[in-house]
Amino acid sequence: MLMDTKTPVPGAASTAARPAPPFDAVAALKSAAFSGAVTLGLGFPLLAYDTHPDISNALVVLPRWSWAIWAAVIVFAGRFIGLMVGARPRAAKRPQQLRVPSRSEGFVKANLAWFAVAALVAFPLVMVGALGANGSLKWINNYGIQILIYVMLGWGLNIVVGLAGLLDLGYVAFYAVGAYSYALLSTTYGLSFWICLPLAGILAAFWGMILGFPVLRLRGDYLAIVTLAFGEIIRIVLINWTDLTNGYAGISAIPRATFFGVPFKDGEGGFADLFGIEYNPIQRTIFLFYVILALALLTNAVTLRLRRLPVGRAWEALREDEIACRSLGINTVNTKLTAFALGAMFGGFAGSFFAVRQAFVSPESFTFIESATILAIVVLGGMGSQIGVALAATVLIGGTELLRELDFLKRIFGDGFDPVQYRMLIFGGGMVLMMIWRPRGIIATRSPSIFLKERKAISGDMVKEGHG
Amino acid sequence: MTTIIEAAPGRKAAPGRDGAPTPMLSIRGLQTFYGKICALKGIDMDVNEGEIVTLIGANGAGKSTLMMTIFGSPRAREGSITYEGRDITRLPTHEIARLEIAQSPEGRRIFPRMTVYENLQMGAAINGFAHFDRDLERAFTIFPRLKERAQQRGGTLSGGEQQMLAIARALMSRPRLLLLDEPSLGLAPLIVKQIFDVIRDLNKTEGLTVFLVEQNAFHALKLADRGYVMVNGLITLSGTGKELLSRPEVRAAYLEGGH
Ligand SMILES: Nc1ncnc2c1ncn2[C@@H]1O[C@H](COP(=O)(O)OP(=O)(O)O)[C@@H](O)[C@H]1O
Ligand SMILES: [Mg+2]
Repeated sequence: MLMDTKTPVPGAASTAARPAPPFDAVAALKSAAFSGAVTLGLGFPLLAYDTHPDISNALVVLPRWSWAIWAAVIVFAGRFIGLMVGARPRAAKRPQQLRVPSRSEGFVKANLAWFAVAALVAFPLVMVGALGANGSLKWINNYGIQILIYVMLGWGLNIVVGLAGLLDLGYVAFYAVGAYSYALLSTTYGLSFWICLPLAGILAAFWGMILGFPVLRLRGDYLAIVTLAFGEIIRIVLINWTDLTNGYAGISAIPRATFFGVPFKDGEGGFADLFGIEYNPIQRTIFLFYVILALALLTNAVTLRLRRLPVGRAWEALREDEIACRSLGINTVNTKLTAFALGAMFGGFAGSFFAVRQAFVSPESFTFIESATILAIVVLGGMGSQIGVALAATVLIGGTELLRELDFLKRIFGDGFDPVQYRMLIFGGGMVLMMIWRPRGIIATRSPSIFLKERKAISGDMVKEGHG
Repeated sequence: MTTIIEAAPGRKAAPGRDGAPTPMLSIRGLQTFYGKICALKGIDMDVNEGEIVTLIGANGAGKSTLMMTIFGSPRAREGSITYEGRDITRLPTHEIARLEIAQSPEGRRIFPRMTVYENLQMGAAINGFAHFDRDLERAFTIFPRLKERAQQRGGTLSGGEQQMLAIARALMSRPRLLLLDEPSLGLAPLIVKQIFDVIRDLNKTEGLTVFLVEQNAFHALKLADRGYVMVNGLITLSGTGKELLSRPEVRAAYLEGGH
């Protein structure tokens, strides 16, 4: 193997005409060896010894050198291969320039979104048809609904972070406000979900403004710290205000979703009875799926619409340069507050959906890790890109769900192996890879909003190229 | 339906220029602080309608502070700013911008990730895009370079183009008074000349009143009707551009000293 590395890399000769840096095998070996050594050093305390308590609770340390050595070897090989591949000249990168999409391309793209919506609408029915009511429950509930909740939360936070550029680490607070609003209003006053939903949104928006006012002057890291604290304050209030919120125990027996007043129950007056079909619990799940789908699409539609209106423009301009905004006469106070309030409102909607779906809320669902996950979705999605956020939510949340299914790994790694515990490790690894390959998110380019003059330019191009 | 009288680009200076004109912008005893530091120590200054007035001074003299104070951020602690007979000292920034005053702040501050077109849209946001298409044409006539680059992101423009964009963006709100902070900063002499020519043309053909903050004293004073010299937060000299250009103090400090 060592011999091999000294010979020139295949392919290097054929492309030698290009002034690409030649592959330096010695330097690559050195670099790979260094990486391997670092891995060995870092892995030493973690991998080289297995520690666990024995029956008398004393610490048992078992050497596990093979693990550390394997890790070092893998890193060494990976680094070396990476350098080898990286040394090959790649096609020159296109300059980062704004490309005006041709009309046909835009047409396909626009319809892609509709195809996606159509696929989502069909999803639960297809699933039930293919897998039956029992088999499809997991897919509709754990994947469909769960992912859509996070898509919606991601889109909501995207208004604040992606568009307006206000780093909010406490977004889960609004999710909590929405969830508790529904939980309390429905259990105390018996209000229905469809009345509570807008109320929860309004309350969350109100709390968004309350957060917005004191942080108007803050930016960047200071803003992040205050919003982080705000999220924790809300959670701690929920824990300690036991008279209202029942503390850690949470609020249970929240009325479940009804089909606009018609309950999903077996027998007389239920949804199935009304439509003359056989009762099955999955009907409620499917209904919930459509509710969250509609809510998420609403979030998206509002965001897309607002992006074209002056207020959306002002958000983006604010993200770019606050002083310039002020010098152009933009009311930065209102602009920030609307971003906070709107983002919070969608968080509130999602929260109230969460409560009606679970029929139970407790402060445990609203920890910082939720905020971090939602923020990760926005950042990985590319800060401001709607499709990017949806993709990131699908990967992160769907990926977590998938991990739960990897039972076969137990056969390899033993019964004690729980893949879900490695979720954060995988997240972290994924983020590191993202930073290397797509540092600006999955969808990094910001598409400029459409306007009249551009259309003219496009049609001009098409005439020239003979497409018209 | 009422006929809207077109605010044609060639706006005439308001009557009352002859006799004793009331200045368009009048600043009296203005003091601005950054915390405890006094950046402006009592400024008196007038800008008459139709004039180009320049403010020159060394780095850190307080020129930008004065321009920003006119716009209400930072706020003046003492003194008054009167625009067309109205006290605007305490007005919020975004309302000052509604009074047909536009500003191109120091360092251009275009929106780097937005296209040239979108940058110009932001400039027009304040008057609700009422006559956007016409104003866009006008901006592109003034700076044809921007038309070629309309779909390019602001951040990818050259320094000179960014400055053109900053001025064009400020013009999109149809100001009657334009405040410019160091438009020549970091630009090649040829581009500086182009930009100053544009300022002169706007003033001559449209009657636009210009308040120009500059370190490039020679060009600024040649262009301006009148000028003020600021040293350490105080106005030390004032006069017509020609007068100031011939003053030995000015020559020594701002023209021959290396600027
Ligand atoms: N945001 C600020 N905070 C504190 N001091 C400032 C700030 N901006 C400017 N200064 C100070 O005010 C003085 C005037 O600055 P400035 O108006 O930028 O000068 P100029 O534009 O003439 O170069 C300088 O001493 C500068 O250090
Ligand atoms: Mg300055």
